Amino acid sequence: MAYKHYILVCGGVECDSNKGDDLFRKLIHAVEHRGLMADIQVVKSGCFGFCAVGPVVKILPDETFYVEVTPEDAEEIVEAHIVKGKPVERLRYREEESKVNVRIKDLSFYQKQFRIVLRNCGAINPEEITEYIARDGYLALEKVLFEMTPDDVIEEMKKSGLRGRGGAGFPTWRKWEFSRVVDEKQKYVVCNADEGDPGAYMDRSVLEGDPHSVLESMAIAGHTVGANQGYIYIRAEYPLAIDRLNRAIDQAKELGLLGDNILGTDFSFDIELRLGAGAFVCGEETALLASVEGKRGMPVPRPPFPAVKGLWGKPTVINNVETWANIPVIITRGGDWFAKIGTEGSTGTKVFALTGRIQNSGLVEVPMGTTLRDIIYNIGGGVPGGKKFKAVQTGGPSGGVITEEYLDTPIDYDQLGKLGSIMGSGGMIIMDESDCMVDVSKFYLEFTVDESCGKCAPCRIGGKTLFNILDKISKGNGEMEDIAKMKRIGHAMQRVSLCGLGQTAPNPILSTLRYFGEEYRQHIEEKKCPAGKCKSLISYEIIEDKCIGCGVCARACPVGCISGERRMPHLINQVECIKCGECYNVCKFNAVAVG
Amino acid sequence: MSVHTKVEIEFSDSLLSFIDEWRDRQGNLIMILHKVQEEIGYIPRKAAMKVAELLEVPLAKIYGVVTFYHFFKLEKPGKNQIQVCMGTACYLKGGEDLIQELEDILGIGLNQVTDDGRFSIEAVRCVGCCGLAPVIVIGEKVYGKVTKKELPGIIAAHRDG
Repeated sequence: MAYKHYILVCGGVECDSNKGDDLFRKLIHAVEHRGLMADIQVVKSGCFGFCAVGPVVKILPDETFYVEVTPEDAEEIVEAHIVKGKPVERLRYREEESKVNVRIKDLSFYQKQFRIVLRNCGAINPEEITEYIARDGYLALEKVLFEMTPDDVIEEMKKSGLRGRGGAGFPTWRKWEFSRVVDEKQKYVVCNADEGDPGAYMDRSVLEGDPHSVLESMAIAGHTVGANQGYIYIRAEYPLAIDRLNRAIDQAKELGLLGDNILGTDFSFDIELRLGAGAFVCGEETALLASVEGKRGMPVPRPPFPAVKGLWGKPTVINNVETWANIPVIITRGGDWFAKIGTEGSTGTKVFALTGRIQNSGLVEVPMGTTLRDIIYNIGGGVPGGKKFKAVQTGGPSGGVITEEYLDTPIDYDQLGKLGSIMGSGGMIIMDESDCMVDVSKFYLEFTVDESCGKCAPCRIGGKTLFNILDKISKGNGEMEDIAKMKRIGHAMQRVSLCGLGQTAPNPILSTLRYFGEEYRQHIEEKKCPAGKCKSLISYEIIEDKCIGCGVCARACPVGCISGERRMPHLINQVECIKCGECYNVCKFNAVAVG
Repeated sequence: MSVHTKVEIEFSDSLLSFIDEWRDRQGNLIMILHKVQEEIGYIPRKAAMKVAELLEVPLAKIYGVVTFYHFFKLEKPGKNQIQVCMGTACYLKGGEDLIQELEDILGIGLNQVTDDGRFSIEAVRCVGCCGLAPVIVIGEKVYGKVTKKELPGIIAAHRDG
């Protein structure tokens, strides 16, 4: 039965936690109350990606896009829009004051995007397998089981040029082929859903918004390499994703799309979840497998590679969530079709989590080769608050920064590498002039030091030494020779650390040194932090000429170190000042200077 | 169902049957520890000893795993665990200031519990709500774009919870 209208409420965590769930219930109530259940379906879908303006509601078929909707708006939406056919203008998303966008696909946030991985996120109810099937779900699995040989599948993957989206960009077909040729009865397929990069949440959105796409692909890989068991290693911090996956596995088993004798063939494949417990090093394949085995997540040297000798010593194919989500489309539409998207060395699309100092933060999926400028300005809407763009950080704690002059570089695995950064899992954090590069490096090093498993000395000792030097510089005690020292240690770590964590840990420092060497020098020689972030190097002072003596700063000061007569310029006691910046924030006359 | 063991700690029936179900499965330890923490709120020493006994593995192996992963807690947390996200976006937008402010308001440090046992403060890894940065999570409630000024109100709302 077709409905006349569909009301889609974004069920992503950001919208949901922002009273989105309450809104969803109120919409259902409004529909039921009017007896319109037969004509209107209210659906909670996966993340729409436009997290900056949530909670978001989409009305189909007319594609009206409502933003920042509150539960109190539910009645009005149903009454005015659905019953009377008059959209609620005040809730519609406007790009500019005057312009009202009628159709969702015309929004500049979506216009430059190309959705393969996120094809179903925000379009289907992720808790209903039938909705996935209605959008060609499990068609690829059927094709693989009845029309293709494992050789054909590998060939198609090879043609597609798909590379691992977890960070390193290893060709997916080769991993599969390595596993396939091993003569072993027991093999495994593993999905890495332990999204650990701080500032990236695309895997979470796929699992919550389109869990079946991962299950289907894992079964395809199982059939291709000869595995009958799959594991999804997922962060315990993602309860909603865990719940949706469990539900999806049950539904798939019920329909014979997972479990014994899938679709009546002699192929059997089961999937179980294993929970991660907060260890960034488990992004490293061998550490992840140790964790699936219930042990401490410590990496071991490769080779042997997991594809040959992995889980419990058996051949194991490991791919990340985003990689898996591409595969059904490659099978149904063909590797050649996929290879036409993107650049020669990096085909397909990439999902980025656009966050930090950016107008439209959210999840964006663009063809490889799109420029950073397009993503940041045309999709992301640029830096808010009139601040100046400083750098974009990609690849999280393993990556680096890219500056203004390189924003026109088309992004793919190789180009980002040339600029001293990496693709990583897709975190893209925008920084403006108020962000200090020494401080940012210190943040990342603190993270990797904390996450180092401690097994190999270069990472355990090198990381800590780097952190100590950065800490020293940020407190005004640095020396110029520290810079050469950091480079030396960093290069050594890159060469001799046991796993990817240690090998990439110095990247944030090396990359900020490359582009912001001057900022390090100012910290060391002039004892100044130009961004005003390193507290030991800044002081707040009241500019006499501008201060009118209103006393707002004195009242705001948490330690009471600002004094002065009414209507007379005030004074900050530098000894007692804790440099919290409250006076700077509250002054309406720009009379507080940071130096 | 009752299982008599030497270690004195009460495990609920559902926890015992969960352990029973997983006893002979490969890679069971982390899954069982998750269940223990879900029920008790942390992993007390006695619980670790009991799991060691039930699974017939050395206690050292259990501690090896528990101390390796951030998620497992050895100390009892507050009734309301205030988790401050320390992902990159939240860090840039002042997550550290929020921790400082919470410490001042509650009079405790990071990973400590208030005397009345109602609150504890934790710095956690990215919770994946970067668009709402800075974020704090209390129980299942996510607070986004939090300012220092809002903290007393948020704490008050959870005081009786």
